Amino acid sequence: MAETALTNVGASPARLPGLRGIVADWSSDQRAFKNVSWGKAMMWIFLLSDTFIFSCFLLSYMTARMSTTVPWPNPSEVFALNIGGQHIPLILIAIMTFILISSSGTMAMAVNFGYRRDRIRTAALMLATAAFGATFVGMQAFEWTKLIMEGVRPWGNPWGAAQFGASFFMITGFHGTHVTIGVIFLIAIARKVLRGDFDVERRGFFTSRKGYYEIVEITGLYWHFVDLVWVFIFALFYLW
Amino acid sequence: MTEAAIHVEGQQPSLHVHAHEAHAPGATQAKGQQHPIKLYLAVWGWLFVLSTCSFLVDYFGIHGHLRWSLILLFMVLKAGLIVAVFMHMAWERLALAYAILLPPVLVLVFVAIMVFESDYTHLLRVVFFTPTA
Repeated sequence: MAETALTNVGASPARLPGLRGIVADWSSDQRAFKNVSWGKAMMWIFLLSDTFIFSCFLLSYMTARMSTTVPWPNPSEVFALNIGGQHIPLILIAIMTFILISSSGTMAMAVNFGYRRDRIRTAALMLATAAFGATFVGMQAFEWTKLIMEGVRPWGNPWGAAQFGASFFMITGFHGTHVTIGVIFLIAIARKVLRGDFDVERRGFFTSRKGYYEIVEITGLYWHFVDLVWVFIFALFYLW
Repeated sequence: MTEAAIHVEGQQPSLHVHAHEAHAPGATQAKGQQHPIKLYLAVWGWLFVLSTCSFLVDYFGIHGHLRWSLILLFMVLKAGLIVAVFMHMAWERLALAYAILLPPVLVLVFVAIMVFESDYTHLLRVVFFTPTA
């Protein structure tokens, strides 16, 4: 009984190519995702729902920006920084982008080492990912502080359309929350990896089910999604 | 078997390890999503390049349709790389890929609706609420 939920059979059943394969998988009245464990499938479905949430935020931002008769504040100038006497547009956001991409790189490698059962490297790479994530959140806190000091509020700002503040705080705040949760998630799983839980198949204290190295990949899915959302925020909010 | 192979590789210089792994994916195919580290590093590099490109679009102050199309192009390329390689969607069965990737595409319909809606709101604001100052 318990085994049905945890199957991740190595060999996937043969499949018909193209659309026929999709119909065959979905109509077999057993499970649609043949070689994908429920943990992974549910993470994907959760990420799909999260996609819709972020889509709604970005859509409302688009609607506000398109329908306002007041000029939108120029993000290139709003997020510029003076570094070493030089005025560089958008530099903080660029650095944050590179940090988040780097964290995605370390996460992808952690998944790889996880499946090789290399405890130390997996945990180290996951902790490095968490550190990158924490740095990102720290820089975001700095950015928020700077903007709030300059007078940006959800109901107005010194440079133009009043909706700028509401859009900014809502979108980046929700994304920052996701990064923070991801950091906690990463540290929790890295601890389990380091302790060897997935080598001895120790049962979780909450679910009392055995853990597998696949959880590293599932954590990775969440983390890459956070990076993915940032790609869209960076393009549509900061660069547009 | 996998562990033993890694152990031997671990004693070689790191550059050597990457090259070795790239050529021997077969040995590690048995469990889960196993792909050569070299591939991840390549994607990582590309993400850096694409991010730099989109940053340069702003830095050089490119405006108008060229700016928007470049931004969207780099955005889609980056998103594609992350989903396909980092999230392993390229190696999942189509039944999962379509179930996850198709619904977000339908958001574009919502986008179209809201474009019309905001044009209409904008028109109303211009016609009835233009500041008199």
